[in-house]
Formats: sequence, C-alpha cells, structure tokens
Amino acid sequence: MTEPILKIENVSKRFTRMPGLAERLVGKVVGGGKPVTVHALSDVTLDVAQGEVLGIVGESGCGKSSLGRVVAGIYAPSDGRVTLNGKPVAREHGGNIDKLTTQVQMIHQDPFASLNPRMKVGETLAEGPRYHNIIPARDVAARMRSLLEQVGLEGAYADRLPHQFSGGQRQRVAIARALAMEPEVLVLDEAVASLDVSIQAQVLNLFMDLRRDLGLTALFISHDLSVVRHVCDRVAIMYLGRLVELAPAEALYADPKHPYTAALFASVPTVGTGKRRFETIKGEIPSPINPPSGCAFHPRCPHAGPRCRVEAPRLTEAGQGRTVACHLNDGGVEVAA
Amino acid sequence: MTAALDVQGLTTRFATRGDAVTAVNDVSFSVEKGRILGLVGESGSGKSVTGFSIMGLIDAPGEVSAGRVLVDGADLRGLSDEDMRKMRGSKVAMVFQDPMMTLNPVLRVGDQMAMAVRVHRKMSKNAALEEARRALDTVGIPSPEERLRAYPHQLSGGMRQRVAIAMALLHSPSVIIADEATTALDVSIQGQILAEVRELADETGAAIVWITHDLAVVSSLADDICVMYAGRIVERGTAQQVIEHPRHPYTKGLLESIPALHAPGTPLPQIPGSTPQLSRLPQGCPFRPRCPRASDICTTVPPADTVDGQTVLCHHPLERP
Repeated sequence: MTEPILKIENVSKRFTRMPGLAERLVGKVVGGGKPVTVHALSDVTLDVAQGEVLGIVGESGCGKSSLGRVVAGIYAPSDGRVTLNGKPVAREHGGNIDKLTTQVQMIHQDPFASLNPRMKVGETLAEGPRYHNIIPARDVAARMRSLLEQVGLEGAYADRLPHQFSGGQRQRVAIARALAMEPEVLVLDEAVASLDVSIQAQVLNLFMDLRRDLGLTALFISHDLSVVRHVCDRVAIMYLGRLVELAPAEALYADPKHPYTAALFASVPTVGTGKRRFETIKGEIPSPINPPSGCAFHPRCPHAGPRCRVEAPRLTEAGQGRTVACHLNDGGVEVAA
Repeated sequence: MTAALDVQGLTTRFATRGDAVTAVNDVSFSVEKGRILGLVGESGSGKSVTGFSIMGLIDAPGEVSAGRVLVDGADLRGLSDEDMRKMRGSKVAMVFQDPMMTLNPVLRVGDQMAMAVRVHRKMSKNAALEEARRALDTVGIPSPEERLRAYPHQLSGGMRQRVAIAMALLHSPSVIIADEATTALDVSIQGQILAEVRELADETGAAIVWITHDLAVVSSLADDICVMYAGRIVERGTAQQVIEHPRHPYTKGLLESIPALHAPGTPLPQIPGSTPQLSRLPQGCPFRPRCPRASDICTTVPPADTVDGQTVLCHHPLERP
C-alpha cells in the first residue's frame, strides 16, 4: 500500500449537553441535573491511502457521520487528530482552518437540503473556488460549465435553480460543487441513500467514472452494505462509536470476523426469493449516552462470555490487512485467570 | 373464496391548476387472507396514493374517481364518511413510515392504544389496556406492561414502529396496509420487524399490502408483487415470477441496477433518464422514453399480457425462459 495521505489517529468525539437552569434547580433538590455526555467516537484510528475509497458502515448512532464531519474539519475532535498530508484538517487552538478544509469536501445525503434554493447552480458551484482563489476569476464560468458536463449535466444548466432539477440531478450538482474545490479527499455521507434505485445506479456509475478519471480518494459513509461492497476498496465497520472491524472489501464480505459484522450481513434482505427467513440480531442498539460495559456489542452477541462484559476488546490482527476488535480473536471470551 | 382485499380499476386523480393528474391509474389487484402483497415503485409511482385511496384518506383536490375496493366482499367506496370511519382501524388499518405521525407525543402509549380500542368496541379502560398489552406482546415488545406507561419519546425508533404495528392489529383487521414501514429503521431492526410481519400474516390471517421502494425487502417478504410505474401496475405476479423472471423492461431494469447482483467495481446497468412527472406523461406507454425495447407501437397504450398468472402491461414483454 502506498503512503496514507489521510490519517485519523486515536480520534474521539464527545458531545456534552449542559443542563438548563430549571434542570439544575430541580437537580439541587432531587438529584440529577448533571451534564449528559454522548460518546460519538471513541478512539478511532484509520489510514486512507492516495486513490483509495474507504467504506464506513454502521447503524444509527455508530458514529459514522460524526467521523465524516471530523475528517471534513466541521467538528474538531475531542481527542486525537486528523491529518491530511501531515497537516491537521481541523483548527488546533485557534489556527486558521479556512485553507485546510478546502482540501476535504463533503457530499451530503439530501440534495434538496444541501443546495441553496435561491442560488443558480452555477453560482453555487463558483462560490467556493472564487472565495478561495482556486480558479482565476476569468476562468470561473468556463470551469463551471465543464464541471457540469463532467458530472453528466449540460453546461447551460448553470443558469438554472435547484428546483428545476430532479433528485439525481441535484446530487450530480452536489458532486460537481465538491469537485469545484479541487479536493484531495471526498467525504460522501449517505450520498445515494435518498435516491430511487434506478437513479442510485446512475450516481454510483458517475462516482466510479470520476474516481477512475480523477484518482479520487474518498470516505464513503453508508448503511447500505451492497452499495459499499460495490464501490469501496476497504471497509470499516463501526458500532457505538468504535471501530469493530476493518478489512479489504472482498475479504470482509467473504468472511466477516466480528460477530456484529456477521449478524449485520445476515439481517440484510437480499434480492432473491430463496431466502424466506430473516436472520436477526436480537435486541436494540444501545444508547451512546450510556453504552454497555466491556464490549459494547456483548448484550446482543451470541458468542459473548464473561470477559466481554468487563473488558473492551482491542483491535488485533486478523489476517492480511485486517483487524478486528473481538475477544474471540484475542484469547477467547473467558476471563483470564 | 373471496379475497380479503380486492381492488378493481382503482383510479385517483388530483385536480391542479387547469388540468388533472392521474396518480393512480386503473389499478387492480387482490390479496387473499394471510398473504403479503408487495407494492413496489419509485417516488411518484403512485404506490402510496394507492394505499391512501384504499383507506379512503384522499382529500380534495384529490378524488378517487373510479374503481372498487372490496374488503371481505363489501365495497368501501360509496360508504358515508361515518361508516368509513368505522371501517378504518377495525377492518382496514394502516402503518406509516414515520411512527411519530401515528403516535400522539403527549399521551402514554397505553392511553392512546386503549382509546383506539374503545373507539370501535364498548369496554372498560382496564379491559382495553389488557387488549393493548396483548397486542404489544404479539409484535415482540419486551415487558409490555412497562411500555404501556411510557411516552412515545421514551421508545426507540424500532419500538415506536412496533407500537404502531400493534395499534394496527388491535381490532384484528382483515387488511393491513404498510407504507414504507421499515424504511426509516436500521437493518438489524428492520430484519426483526420483517420476521414478525411474516409471522403475523401466517398466524392472524390478515392480508397485508407492503408498500416499499425496496425490491430486496419485498423479494424476501412478499408472496406476490405488483410493480408500479407512473400510476399504473406494469407487472404483477408471484414474488418468484417477478424477481426471477421479470417480463416488463422496467422491472428488469430495476432489478439489474441493484449493486449486489454485480461484481464489485463494474459499471451498473442503469435505466436512463428519470421518473416522469405525472403532469407530463408521454403518450402511450409511460416508460417508452427510457425503455431499451421501445418501438413506434409504444406510442399506443400497451395491452395486458398474461402468462401463468403473471401479467405485464407492455408491447414488447420479455420472453419467459
């Protein structure tokens, strides 16, 4: 593997909600009224190589979107750091982040919410590059037209407003806007999740074409396992803010090592009428405010043992380029004597 | 045997400035007791409006302009508002995508469920609460007594959707319509609920119409599948027929665009263009501009073609192997 350009090192992100005045007053009398902390990310370490597409998969509350935002510099990590070519992407102690964040661009889930409805799409595309002097002013109009053509739209659409586009077309505009900044890394957060199946295929094909033509490096965040398998080189599985498994896509789908990964794969409905029974993971996803002790997955895990309740598993090697955080891969589920 | 739900020629139109769009166009299907029908389509295909039309929930400027909706042989169309309200919840029930649209946020789960019981049946509050508890138990909610005392916001998304399904079950309806009922849920929770829905159909004998955009979900859940496009059912057959041997080019295109069926990294076959606006449908077959098999004859309305109970609306249906 080539040298990683994006390094996520021991990143944690906590959100703390301070109690309101009324809660504090009530708290004084009956107890409680303490700040509530959500552990969105706990000690996540990942590398992304030049030209690699890394999939981030998990269910609600697993921290995948928080991770995307930390990488894009929208959230500053509570602990740890994210560096792009050795430079931090987020402000550290009041530093200037303007320049850095242009190199990581984000594409959001909802193309109806992510485009300014009152701005012609050409203006939307030009705003960032113009502000950051990425493109000489006299070239901006031509560049915007060529970007629109690159994402499969017509250059003349630059004069249209977002409501004149369909959902799939808007997502193409959102991709063009990210590319306009000439980023080194793209973060796609559920970028095809709100599109119809037939349109989803069009946008995925566009993404794969752009990737081939431009050598894009990307973090592809999704809950959709089949989409991730299709476009990603490596896949990271997250659960309750922690990385539980990381492996090359093919190896992961052929042989998931973590019980959560295996259960997730089994519970996804597949096209085909052969399978008439649903394999299910028992129980609910626990709250990240009060995660279970030890391994966060132990209350739902069919293999859980005494050790899983008390000791959080570390990420350990599990074959070529793979790591997994499970005691099954690290000495077993019994408590060591 | 009469089907639990028999929809014949259902047509729903919405009047807009100057003209009208036909959101549901001559839709016919039937569902027997204990069977699940998957109604599949993309946004704007009319799948949800079909569900609302069956429930009699179409408001002006919309109007169900033609067709019959027979539940256990009795036509729901032509019922007075009062009689229709008596049917809704007791004979036909609906589950929506967002359970917070169904649940009242300021009432305890038990209170609102008991209210739903007593709307249709005379009984004491305690007896109604017992009915509610039993319904929660049916849908696999652990410690239902506790949940009855909870407010909706104290439950997770999956639990709320289970409560919404339990409310639909309160009066053992003949027909349950579920509109994207698991779309907003995580896959592990979706799997649990789909397993329970399958059991419900088998055990209670309710006929279920499962409306979704997700072919993977219906292929593993439904007995029969109807595929909708631009307001019409373009293909109808058993789940096996439709998934394994689609005959309509649109169904085939939808199935082929699913990434799981292709080697990673390869270009996905895609349906060109986008779903048409109902106000500007092309003449003849609405799928014509996107269809690889289209020819001149497709500017005329396609005929229904049935082989072994699998029906397609198409001039050039795919051959059965």
